[in-house]
Amino acid sequence: MRYLVPVSLIVGLLVLLGIGLRLDPTEVPSPLIGKLAPPFDLPTLEDDGRVTSDVLLGQPTLVNFFASWCTPCLAEHPLFMRLSAGGSVRIVGISYKDRPEDTSRWLARHGNPFALVARDAVGASAIDWGVYGVPESYLLDAEGRIVHKHVGPISDADWRGTFEPKLRDLARLTP
Amino acid sequence: MKTWLPVPLLSLLPCLLLFAGAALAVPEVNEAERPRYQALLHELRCVVCQNQSIAESNAPLAKDLRGQVATQINAGRSNDQIRQYLTERYGDFVLYKPPLRARTLALWFGPFVLLAAGLVMAVWFTRRRRRPPGAAADVPAPVDAAALQGLLDRYPGERP
Repeated sequence: MRYLVPVSLIVGLLVLLGIGLRLDPTEVPSPLIGKLAPPFDLPTLEDDGRVTSDVLLGQPTLVNFFASWCTPCLAEHPLFMRLSAGGSVRIVGISYKDRPEDTSRWLARHGNPFALVARDAVGASAIDWGVYGVPESYLLDAEGRIVHKHVGPISDADWRGTFEPKLRDLARLTP
Repeated sequence: MKTWLPVPLLSLLPCLLLFAGAALAVPEVNEAERPRYQALLHELRCVVCQNQSIAESNAPLAKDLRGQVATQINAGRSNDQIRQYLTERYGDFVLYKPPLRARTLALWFGPFVLLAAGLVMAVWFTRRRRRPPGAAADVPAPVDAAALQGLLDRYPGERP
């Protein structure tokens, strides 16, 4: 009984430290969740056309910041290829600080899962979106609102556990 | 909720923009604005390096953000406007000095609450240890001379 207070204090401290160990300090929560996606007006990858953020409207969309020099992007690439083949969600790619010829070569080599690719050569749009690492992905609803942000490659488990339920919610809300 | 990362850890982490990607040249700030510019850079956290301000960091993203701050200073925007611009994108985390809000109350006052709790406990424990007034002093029990002599006789070898 006389050890109740110190023991409970130490157990409480250990629990807090345990929780702290499992947090990822590199994951910065985005203030953009629930807000409209930042507008952009960027060149397309292949030609002289422009892509504006209006293309994000109309259906749920996954916006993915990637680069040919980004090794971790390859980890999520097979998932994106499957998703685009299955047609479960439209994926829009934004190549980050990459030369267009490098991006094109990378997409030719690994396959192109993107409905369209915009080019952010100087990383200015990336700052608007709060990007601080590639890959970063944003799930948008049909009105262009950011529903979820994921930093780092999306694993199959992330997709099943987080993105799929959110996509189902979106489908239910907009029949 | 994070799960433990599997062994091929590196391939699953994002390419934090510490080294990769060329940064733009940072625009110049005029002499009069330079102190404000430098002061502002020191209170903004580099989100990729996390323990450096964007003034200190060499990460390309930090350089890009320095460029943003310079551009906005040149455009005549106030410190508050620039801070707001960055927190809208990267959250309060970019500010080394978080704003005082309902959800940051614990951050601002938690340490003082803990300090006060520690002081209260210290006072409580020392008070409890102190003898209450009027209580018998800690005098050793009176020695029974006969019993002592008996013990000494029983163990003659142990005599000092």
